Amino acid sequence: MALFEAERLHMRFGHRVVLEDISLAVEEGELAGIMGPNGAGKTTCFNVLTGRYRPTRGRVTFAGEDITGLPPYAIARKGVARSFQLMNLFNDFTARENAAVALPAMRARGFDMARDAAADPALAGAADAVLERVGLGGKGHVVAKNLSYGDRRALEIGVALAAVPRVLFLDEPTSGLGAEATARLAGLVKSLKGSVTMVIIEHDMAFLFGLADRISVIHWGQVIARGAPAELRENPWVRASNLGKLT
Amino acid sequence: MLAAPRTGLVTPAMLFAFALFASLPLWIGAVGLYPYLGVEILIWALYALSFNLLLGYTGLPSFGHGAYFGIGAYAFGLAQLNLAANLWICLAAALAAAAVAGALVAAFISHRRGIYYALMTICFGQVLWFIAIKAHAVTGGEDGLLKIARLPADFGVAAFDLSGNTSLYYFVFAIFALLAMALWRLVHSPFGRILQAIKQNETRATFVGYNVWLYKFSAFTISAALSGLCGGLFAMAQASAYPDVMSLHYSGYVVMMTLVGGGFVSFWGPVVGAATFFLARDVIGALTTSWMLWFGLLFMLVVLFRPEGLAGLWQDLRAGRFRPRAAARAGLLAILKR
Repeated sequence: MALFEAERLHMRFGHRVVLEDISLAVEEGELAGIMGPNGAGKTTCFNVLTGRYRPTRGRVTFAGEDITGLPPYAIARKGVARSFQLMNLFNDFTARENAAVALPAMRARGFDMARDAAADPALAGAADAVLERVGLGGKGHVVAKNLSYGDRRALEIGVALAAVPRVLFLDEPTSGLGAEATARLAGLVKSLKGSVTMVIIEHDMAFLFGLADRISVIHWGQVIARGAPAELRENPWVRASNLGKLT
Repeated sequence: MLAAPRTGLVTPAMLFAFALFASLPLWIGAVGLYPYLGVEILIWALYALSFNLLLGYTGLPSFGHGAYFGIGAYAFGLAQLNLAANLWICLAAALAAAAVAGALVAAFISHRRGIYYALMTICFGQVLWFIAIKAHAVTGGEDGLLKIARLPADFGVAAFDLSGNTSLYYFVFAIFALLAMALWRLVHSPFGRILQAIKQNETRATFVGYNVWLYKFSAFTISAALSGLCGGLFAMAQASAYPDVMSLHYSGYVVMMTLVGGGFVSFWGPVVGAATFFLARDVIGALTTSWMLWFGLLFMLVVLFRPEGLAGLWQDLRAGRFRPRAAARAGLLAILKR
């Protein structure tokens, strides 16, 4: 059975149908890619999967449990983490504090009003370990808004990882990054592959084709093709979008 | 706000504030002022600290906070007149009544933020103020509850008479010191840090697994409860409870104190603001009846040009920065625009 499954998701805002009929399955340990043109419904799909919106119809299951319509924080606690297309950090916190807030240990003592959060070595140690993992070791003391754009992207993934997720959703992790920073990020994603199940929305097809085990192509709110990168190269939509030149 | 790697239970700034306030009755007469002013400053400073838990730390603009201060004042008086003339019971009643009212209102508004949150706090504040005016039988209407006694502080082994202004001052100071330390602890606890995370980015906090609604609800309830306790102390100080303190413009005072003092950048900012407010009232007020015009002008200048307030100015001067910092980092306007 797949770790994360969406069955026949349908999402409507008023009269506008954004997701027509989406079914996805993500196996434990794999890196699944989602691609498609602008406005295809990729981000809406993520928002439904992670609880931001409740689907009009359809079902989302995680580890065999129906999580459709649960609030986002409850889904997050079950082990589903995500990053955002537009940068979403705690800007006035340092990198270390950003990671620390997301730790399960912090969540467990969320209503502790007496202990000093800064003096808890367990929190600082675990936060530093996460920063090390995303290549921000040594930058723990830097306030998030003062980090470079690429570092902020990495921290965004770090915050998601700090929650020790079983599945990690990344919404266009390379958006706004130059070639060098994109390569660095690809290295980071590659290093995480296998240790955590990932689902990545991406515009940069070279990035996705190089990393994903399986890719679903979404267009008009439907999955119009899916398969391993090699199989998808033959797909007409993918061909039409000039992917051949990139790979 | 989260600078130090380790947060002490007691800090130099705290010791300085405590030493200043502890010695106040000794010198306040010499500078031409009077001990009762100290009582007012301390009560409102604690009220502003409680308020800033919401505004400065959680980023929630509550513009009807006077309601909870007032409810505490009435509860103190009503408990004394109808329940038991015991200081501890009356203060507990003030705290509890404001907590219940705060929780009730928080249940209706905690899914909001920004300007909508602010508007709803004003609406509820006005409703509660109106009830206080109209419920003659309970609150005494516009006349208020009169003849509230300054009850003795009975510790079992010894009881202290608080009817004099100096003894009342020391009692209020003790409560102020205890609660300021507790609040200092709270804002540096995991709970406090999560509140600050919510202030910066509610969406992110939700998606790392925090029930943001519950945290906002809790912060509002705690803040309202402590404001109610301050209201109880104020009823005792004034020997009465009246609806004025619940009105919109009294609710505005605590916002002004917090912002002028610099609640966004400093834990002690609200205390500075409360002291500034009362000193302006007495010092400028001695020269002109329109002192509020001048204080209001100061408030507008702060909101527009120095959202970090007086505490921020002090921090800048000490660090040798003479130009204002990029103001967008904090500021009331930034919170409202979300």
